Amino acid sequence: MTIDEITQPGTADNGIDIDFLRSARDMLTAQPEAAAFEWRVRNTWVNGTHSTSVCRDFHGLAAEQEHRSTFIFDTDHPEIFASADNGATPTEVVLAALAGCLTAGVAAVAQQRDIQLRSVSAEVVATSDVRGVLGIDPDIRNGFSRVDVTYAIDADATDDDIRALVAQSQKRSAVFDIVTNPTNVAVDVR
Amino acid sequence: MSTSGPRRSGPRRSGPGISAGDRRRHTTVVVIGAGHAGLAMSRCLTERSIDHVLLERGAVANSWRTERWDSLRLLTPNWQTRLPGHRYRGHDPDGYMTVPQVVDFLDTYAAAVDAPVETNTAVRSVRRHSDGFVVGTSEGDWRCRSVVVASGACNRAAVPDAAARLPGDIVSLTPLEYRRPDQLPDGGVLVAGGSATGIQLADEIHRSGRPVTLAVGGHVRVPRTYRGHDIMSWLDAVGILGERYDEVDDPERVRRLPSFQLVGSPERTTIDLNSLRALGVRVVGRVAGIADGTMQFSGSLRNQCALADLKLRRLLDTIDEWVDGCWLDGVPPPPPRPTPTVVDDDPLLTLRLGSGEIRSVIWATGYRPDLSWLHLPVFDRASRLRHDGGITDVPGLYLLGLPFLRRRKSTLIDGAGDDARELSAHLAATLAGASATHWTARGA
Repeated sequence: MTIDEITQPGTADNGIDIDFLRSARDMLTAQPEAAAFEWRVRNTWVNGTHSTSVCRDFHGLAAEQEHRSTFIFDTDHPEIFASADNGATPTEVVLAALAGCLTAGVAAVAQQRDIQLRSVSAEVVATSDVRGVLGIDPDIRNGFSRVDVTYAIDADATDDDIRALVAQSQKRSAVFDIVTNPTNVAVDVR
Repeated sequence: MSTSGPRRSGPRRSGPGISAGDRRRHTTVVVIGAGHAGLAMSRCLTERSIDHVLLERGAVANSWRTERWDSLRLLTPNWQTRLPGHRYRGHDPDGYMTVPQVVDFLDTYAAAVDAPVETNTAVRSVRRHSDGFVVGTSEGDWRCRSVVVASGACNRAAVPDAAARLPGDIVSLTPLEYRRPDQLPDGGVLVAGGSATGIQLADEIHRSGRPVTLAVGGHVRVPRTYRGHDIMSWLDAVGILGERYDEVDDPERVRRLPSFQLVGSPERTTIDLNSLRALGVRVVGRVAGIADGTMQFSGSLRNQCALADLKLRRLLDTIDEWVDGCWLDGVPPPPPRPTPTVVDDDPLLTLRLGSGEIRSVIWATGYRPDLSWLHLPVFDRASRLRHDGGITDVPGLYLLGLPFLRRRKSTLIDGAGDDARELSAHLAATLAGASATHWTARGA
């Protein structure tokens, strides 16, 4: 332990319970089976390209868990594709998930490093060539050709310290990993 | 503890007509491995008059003789190549030893400390036996009260699962098998891994005329020299190399860190992703998988480079603050910070392996010890060694020469001395304690 840690107890408060996170980490180190989570989304077609996804229950810490309330996401396509535009496009939801995950990580890492955040905002811009999804050119992928996330962060820290928060958040982010690395996906019909 | 027992030096000589199974020998401590760590421990045990033997599968410094590429030199300067009671005394303290020089250095040390080495003796098993151990070897069994495992941290190359899906016509090598570029087929080479091994091999292979694609995940960027001194001198001076395992939050995390991007060369060259890129090496993200004959690279390259650049700047800041605090004279002022790592705007994410562009792959994705013969409960669920600074849960069983065993420098030759001194003290106390218990038990 350094002298700083002895004389300066954590003063930053970003609304993250860091003691809980540390104890959870210790608990899951000792009981890896409790770290096996299962995430569930139930999706139902409404009409046209509109569907709803419902998040209610999941499995984790060796037990069935439930959200405080049921969360519903509408996804649809915009009117320029002759759709009703009843929700964000699924691709935008992916970007929302990426930003949500990274921002949560920024707050958690800042708390761990005792950095007080005053404001955090991110702009996510993704480019894609829709000739891929329309099957016009087999050499063009369906997904994004590039994703740019730009953070604006006001905090009690140097520029490098703030950049380190954002870098560490990416290193620990589930959605960043999901977007940047391949995942086995099995889609079945019953 | 016993001070008797014959002292052996050099190759073991056994009488003819004795089968391996009949040779059951006793000593107080068996040290497995006669590399720098085992030899340092031998010297410490001799100082304490503890009878011991070193079991070596080949000759002294075996892995240096048989498992290193031709151009390799130590990453640490000669002055730092030191073991208990022995150090480099040549005219080039700032140079870096070649592999044959390392072998010479360790041969000389083995003779100087009169290490009782049993050569060509491969350990097959280590088991508990009454209040000690029985060590099964290719040359028969040894009984002992204590075992020090010093058989090396780099016995096996850690290769990702994806390697198994490489098409059969692409040559696949680990750094333990690689010697020199002309061993590879002409054409493109994919080097996976951005640690010292990966960047050194990428550099020399690309210079041989084989275009290299370097796949990089987490890496540690450091300059070879800074403000007129070797980076290792600075790490030593500011206390980073001496940092102990019980002083950091998560020693397991530090143990998994890749090695510094360094090369030991007479020109004291810095190799980093920028220098490789300037050379024409194509830098891509970590190998994320191989599917349908296509190699996939992670999209995290930009962040991996950002992390490495940030850590590099923090390290140089630490050095500068230390210099300022010491009022050191004659140190040149800080140069501008190294150029941030340049990442292509559009790094390659997939590569069709059937296109013929890549003819060989080298998996410089890390090393692991091979302890398949250690039949004792010292492994966790993930088959990693469980230990407290080299002291295991099995009384009398010690580990030495592993990354960040007790200090950051444990991974270096220079780290073996302090670790061996401390562990031999613990070992001696354990032996003395066990003897005292026996004495009391018998007396009662």
